[in-house]
Amino acid sequence: MSGHRLLSSRLKLWTSGRSGWMSRLHEGLSGCGRASFSSSNPKICVVGSGPAGFYTAQHLLKARQDVEVDIYERLPVPFGLVRFGVAPDHPEVKNVINTFTQTASHARCNFYGNVNVGKDVSIDELRRAYHAIVLSYGAEGNRSMGVPGENLPGVYSAKDFVGWYNGLPSCRELTPDLSCDTAVILGQGNVALDVARILLAPTKMLKSTDITQPALDALAQSRVRRVLIVGRRGPLQIACTIKELREMVNLPDCRPEMVAADFEGVSEALKDVPRPRKRLTELMLKTALETPGEKEQERRSKASRSWGFRFFRSPVEVLASGGRAAGIRLAVNRLEGSGDGAQAVLTGEVEDVPCGLVISSIGYRSLPIDESVPFDSRRAVIPNSMGRVQQAAGLYCSGWVKTGPTGVIATTMNNSFDTARSLLEDMDSGALDVSSTRPGSQSISALLAERGVKAVTFSGWEKIDDVETRRGEVSGKPREKLLTVQEMLQVARS
Amino acid sequence: FVFSQAVHSALRSFRFFSGCTFIKTPTHVEAGKVFPLCLFRLSLKSILNPHRAEKVTVHFVNRDGEKITVKGSPGDSLLDVVINEDLDFDGFGACEGTLACSTCHLIFDEETYKKLGPVTDEEMDMLDLAYSLTDTSRLGCQVCLSKSLEGIVARVPETISDIRQSKDGSS
Repeated sequence: MSGHRLLSSRLKLWTSGRSGWMSRLHEGLSGCGRASFSSSNPKICVVGSGPAGFYTAQHLLKARQDVEVDIYERLPVPFGLVRFGVAPDHPEVKNVINTFTQTASHARCNFYGNVNVGKDVSIDELRRAYHAIVLSYGAEGNRSMGVPGENLPGVYSAKDFVGWYNGLPSCRELTPDLSCDTAVILGQGNVALDVARILLAPTKMLKSTDITQPALDALAQSRVRRVLIVGRRGPLQIACTIKELREMVNLPDCRPEMVAADFEGVSEALKDVPRPRKRLTELMLKTALETPGEKEQERRSKASRSWGFRFFRSPVEVLASGGRAAGIRLAVNRLEGSGDGAQAVLTGEVEDVPCGLVISSIGYRSLPIDESVPFDSRRAVIPNSMGRVQQAAGLYCSGWVKTGPTGVIATTMNNSFDTARSLLEDMDSGALDVSSTRPGSQSISALLAERGVKAVTFSGWEKIDDVETRRGEVSGKPREKLLTVQEMLQVARS
Repeated sequence: FVFSQAVHSALRSFRFFSGCTFIKTPTHVEAGKVFPLCLFRLSLKSILNPHRAEKVTVHFVNRDGEKITVKGSPGDSLLDVVINEDLDFDGFGACEGTLACSTCHLIFDEETYKKLGPVTDEEMDMLDLAYSLTDTSRLGCQVCLSKSLEGIVARVPETISDIRQSKDGSS
């Protein structure tokens, strides 16, 4: 029984059921075909085509039979972090693309890729063309460590590293040096664990995923055998979730390398914590402290690679040798307080860890898009209440730019539905005036044409998708991604 | 015809000997990926005889507290039922039944919950990320219908968000 076959037959089943409301809407509109540009329907534009953009659009289209939604995307390809963030060995998570594709194929929805809002077209221009704008452009920046040496060769942000193995055009030339034995990852969230897993996974585990070929080749040559995942606080404060931890525990050819002392008092503190944290911590305790069974012992002794958490440590300085990273100096912390609110306090002690690769994974960060949009630079979000941008009628936001960069796709799904609900409420109450006719994409297309910007439509993406899928077939991968914007544009326009 | 009958009785005796296998081991783990075993059964059964199995009645209680009564085939997962019946639970089943999210979270009463059989670690891992998790929560994609579940009530929690604590927001 092949898992793949099961999955694909399952998908068909799913699509036929899920498309119910969509096809009904299609039927309702089939008389007029594609929504007409000159219609007096409410016109909404969504900036960014990741999960937040698509889930907001989905909810708007479903709730009202008259709204038209245009989705603008900077890259020629849609889906944001589903394509460029989700780890290649988590294909199940990417199933949401099927639902997004249905949304994009909706008669009242249009996709315009290769349009950089804020540069090719301003927010004010969009405001004149549409009744409302939803900003869902995510968090493309990253928090920096702010320590000496963080710009040395051999130091990367997890955002760029993930972008590199996932084929983000701007990270194509990262080509990280993987010739060292030990890598240190700062941060213990799920991105950190994704990176650790990709660094340590046997190549045969990755070669049937949509990881880029250059990344796969580099990882096959990698000499990294040991990955340490460093956190400021203790096991009870770790940010990753249990699925990702379990994947590390079960990673073939890889053994855990923990520090037993880090877990002192942890099992006693477990009594009163909620079930998710409890199960996560118990799995860590089991991995770190329990004597494994015979089979697991044998597996561990044969493993050629290792991984481990290092708790109560903060980066102080990346140490250099010969002009590149050769180690990291960590401050030793102790905890003040307990539970989620516990604070890491410096003890004054430091320790040096030799390593040739340092990856900082301490969080993504949203950036302001246009000076006309309010931005809280301290929290790195657009100030909003329930998705309504403060002091900016007609502007809404959803996803990470609304909440900050936390949570999984389903979290974003809910916060995007919430934003859509706010917008719909405002339409119903009259707070959002949709009585006047707006030109929508008609006027924006004219502006873009004047500026020499050629948008990529969803059918353009489908051509890219088709080429990628066919290229993937040759090597037994679900797809072989195109790696440059130029190549994407060429295929989309072919 | 004879062949199909033979396969059918073999299938039945398999089920008999294994004592409702699909309930006790609702998942099939292969190469690290988990698929509900009932999918396999479903396809095999539907090839053999789509009308044979008697339908099972399921009552869903949606987020507005409204009761929706539908029928599903034995071997179908509750997610299958939601899809086949085109039930409109916003965002339900985002990962399409592949145990990669918790959006098909359903809540049962204690008595029903016990009848649903043991839960795998992988399902528990995903449930841990579900909003308004209870001791009698399950993922709809991992609960397979059987005649013994006739008339069960499955409540859709008020919101289906994951509450993954991740500070850096990966998948």
